[in-house]
Amino acid sequence: MSKLKYALFTGCTARQSTPEQMMSTMAIANKMGIELEILEEATCCGASHLQDYDEFLSLVLNARNICYAESRGMTMVTICNTCQLNTMLTKRRLDKDPEMKAKVNEKLAEVGLEYKGTSEIKHFLYAIIDDFGLDNLKKMVVKPLAEFNIAPFYGCHNIRPSETHEDSNGHENAYAPRSLDDLILACGGQNVDYDEKNKCCGFHAELQAPHTAATLTGNALMGAMDNNADWMVTPCPLCHLKLDTQYEHASKAVGRDVKLPVLHMQQMIGLAFGISGKELGLQHHVSEVNFV
Amino acid sequence: MSIIPTKKITFKMFRFNSETDYLPNYIDYDVDVTHENVILDILTFIKNEMDGTLSYRRSCRHGICGICSVKVNGKAILACKENVLQLVETYGSTLTIEPLSIKRAMKDLIIDKEDFWVKHDQVKPYLISDVEEHPENEHIVTPAEAEELNEADYCIQCGACHYSCPALEINDAFIGPAAFAKAYRFEADVRDDAHVERLDVINAPEQGVWDCVKCMECAEVCPKDVNPIEKITKLHNMVFSEGNPLNNIATRHAVYFKDSIAKHGQLNEAGLVIYSEKGYGMYKHLKVGAKMIAKGKAHINPLIVPKSDKLDEIKKLVEISSTAKF
Repeated sequence: MSKLKYALFTGCTARQSTPEQMMSTMAIANKMGIELEILEEATCCGASHLQDYDEFLSLVLNARNICYAESRGMTMVTICNTCQLNTMLTKRRLDKDPEMKAKVNEKLAEVGLEYKGTSEIKHFLYAIIDDFGLDNLKKMVVKPLAEFNIAPFYGCHNIRPSETHEDSNGHENAYAPRSLDDLILACGGQNVDYDEKNKCCGFHAELQAPHTAATLTGNALMGAMDNNADWMVTPCPLCHLKLDTQYEHASKAVGRDVKLPVLHMQQMIGLAFGISGKELGLQHHVSEVNFV
Repeated sequence: MSIIPTKKITFKMFRFNSETDYLPNYIDYDVDVTHENVILDILTFIKNEMDGTLSYRRSCRHGICGICSVKVNGKAILACKENVLQLVETYGSTLTIEPLSIKRAMKDLIIDKEDFWVKHDQVKPYLISDVEEHPENEHIVTPAEAEELNEADYCIQCGACHYSCPALEINDAFIGPAAFAKAYRFEADVRDDAHVERLDVINAPEQGVWDCVKCMECAEVCPKDVNPIEKITKLHNMVFSEGNPLNNIATRHAVYFKDSIAKHGQLNEAGLVIYSEKGYGMYKHLKVGAKMIAKGKAHINPLIVPKSDKLDEIKKLVEISSTAKF
């Protein structure tokens, strides 16, 4: 296999509230021989909230981010579901709507850039599954996670709307997603099936609608706990933040103590590869990771 | 004569009569299914051949009346449109058929849809316009203006999105994706004069667009590709461009993204919470915030933010590309 090389769009959260996600991304990429060139020029994707305020500006900024993957001649890899969705929605819009593409390019031209539509955009989860391959990953597992029941939490923006999967990104069925379950199995763990695995964690309404958001978080944690999960795993740092840090609000909302360790998918892979907990940033979790 | 191959599928059917039953039960019906069958064929077969007491709604059989929607393994579908074997491919050979909303079940698959219509009433789902009684000229809507509706008028009011919305499931006041899409249909109509009046309903806390959790379920589930979340985003934009945005946590939260990007390229995550809460609301977050600081997930000084490279370029783009009016 030729060396895999991607332009990494880190998003804001991996640089701020989930430093462990950045650490574990780099640790496993290094081990897998995947080269990640960080898009230091990239801005925030707007996280759907800038889109609520100024949709055109969000298109320009996301198109600019893609430009920097294009100028490197690389596929852009995201490590946040919401970055993935907003970048992909921008790409789909501009690729389908020449008028809007021209309007956006008019602005980009003023800073010497042009959006062409030549780079693919995929979440790291799908780069690992589709490009690296789970069979290759299995060969690298030295510490199979055989003793753990692991609950996958997919995160909305990686699986819905499924039209964002038409191109290069995973071809996931939103109602019966498999990718994370398959990844758990490849790491030697036992995947836990539960109703909330493809549901919303509430993150995006945490400030605006705290009761709704906390209830959704509580439901997700309850679903995993009631199906005997030892811990949860997610490809999204926003789901991670919600599930990892908000268990007290969630417990209050659902009237029951809910709390589980919540790992980033990169950390789960790293553990199976035998990378130390410290290098994977497990010390940065609020819901303590008590099993390593 | 060739025989069409069939496959035996178990349909686990939700059975309940709100007038006599305290709790529902599920009855299994095994049916031979062909590749042509849709869920409505199965319901009809069970009613005609196996159990005449089964109740469900159906009318047009062509995906346009919107009345036969039910849930199969939790996924809201139009019974007349959804191929059975495709569902089997996703879920395996036992399919659980339930009403759109179990808590609103009246008889088997029939629900009381009153809440759905109440939400529609709330957004005034009709054209509000001062029409001259004897106009001299036609009121012409150009094709380009009609396109602004963005297919919001394709909604058949089947309720699939409404009864799949997790925000609505928790918050009874929330207007929900179907009624929002309907509101957009009239907000985007050039003949409509009620813009601000309707936007005030849409902008109100608890019931309005701000309580959307952005799960994209409504876009995924809609059998007519209305894409309600896209309309919800447009309504957000309209609140800012034409309506009366309130100075509250939700509007500040949206506006801050632009400010932070213009300043840092990145979102200042701690700054977002502090600004949205207007400072004094921070008491709600102190405990979590302290834990995050202790674990190295947040900096004690919220002014320390990573910055993007080429910040001048970003600042310039924000300046020349902003379309928000303030």
